[in-house]
Amino acid sequence: MLLDVLIVDDSAAIRKILQRVLRQADVPVGEVYEAGDGVEALDLLKGRHVDLVFADINMPNMDGLQLLGKIKGEDQWKKLPVIMVTTEGGQTKVMASVELGAAGYVKKPFTADQIRQTLAGIL
Amino acid sequence: MEQIRQEEIVAAIRGAAAEVFETMLNLDIAAGEPYVEPNTAETTDGVVALIGLAGAWVGSGLLHCDPKMACRIYSSLLAAECGDLDINEEILDAVAEVANMIIGNAKNVIEEIVGPLGMSTPTVVFGKNFATRSTGADPWTVVPFASDSGMMLVKLCLAPAREPQPIRHGFVPPRLLSL
Repeated sequence: MLLDVLIVDDSAAIRKILQRVLRQADVPVGEVYEAGDGVEALDLLKGRHVDLVFADINMPNMDGLQLLGKIKGEDQWKKLPVIMVTTEGGQTKVMASVELGAAGYVKKPFTADQIRQTLAGIL
Repeated sequence: MEQIRQEEIVAAIRGAAAEVFETMLNLDIAAGEPYVEPNTAETTDGVVALIGLAGAWVGSGLLHCDPKMACRIYSSLLAAECGDLDINEEILDAVAEVANMIIGNAKNVIEEIVGPLGMSTPTVVFGKNFATRSTGADPWTVVPFASDSGMMLVKLCLAPAREPQPIRHGFVPPRLLSL
């Protein structure tokens, strides 16, 4: 079954890299949607079916933790897995992500294997 | 307040840069001798990515590279061709993200010592004969990196945040006027 994926990061480079890494990790990817911040991501989610979200934390307009809170606050998206992909390695941000319901946490820089291992526990 | 030593900042930068270049770029870089640079507005060429840091300590992180290195960063990060050192938006974005990862990972180590630090999103500047300067007189810790693709400098300038200033006796705050 192909997964429709939403990648949320203010860096176009990271959005491209994640797509490449998902292919390298043999993840069965269908449609890939991209957003530059949490506001764009919510707009995209309203009009499309998505199976998996990757979100950065530090973004303008709406950061990744705010986006995670909004997603988990909506019944239609409660079960949508959201994986945080970020440079933030401090316990505070990790715990905040877990408490808000993140399905996984990947620190940048990352390898295809790390993405694969994170997804193995989720999908 | 916890203090941080120069060697600790250098080690954080070196470790972060090595991890980023090895994991995401598959590029060999060699860290050179670190040094301290005064916070003066000397002019430079190339690409500069700036990131603000704030918390118990405040300052900035900066990645500076020449166009050749910027192109190499872009082509290694994205497995794409970079033609003729033509610095475009995609290359600047790639440099910004590498700066974000290096400064971000260095920050993770540094905040174990000085306390939590917040980080801004990167700002990237490109051109010739421009200067960058942060407010305050604190010097930069600089770690140079060399590769066959050009040069890169990673710099960090950090100082304890000033205590909030109390209102002085006799000081009358300005009134808001409605016009």
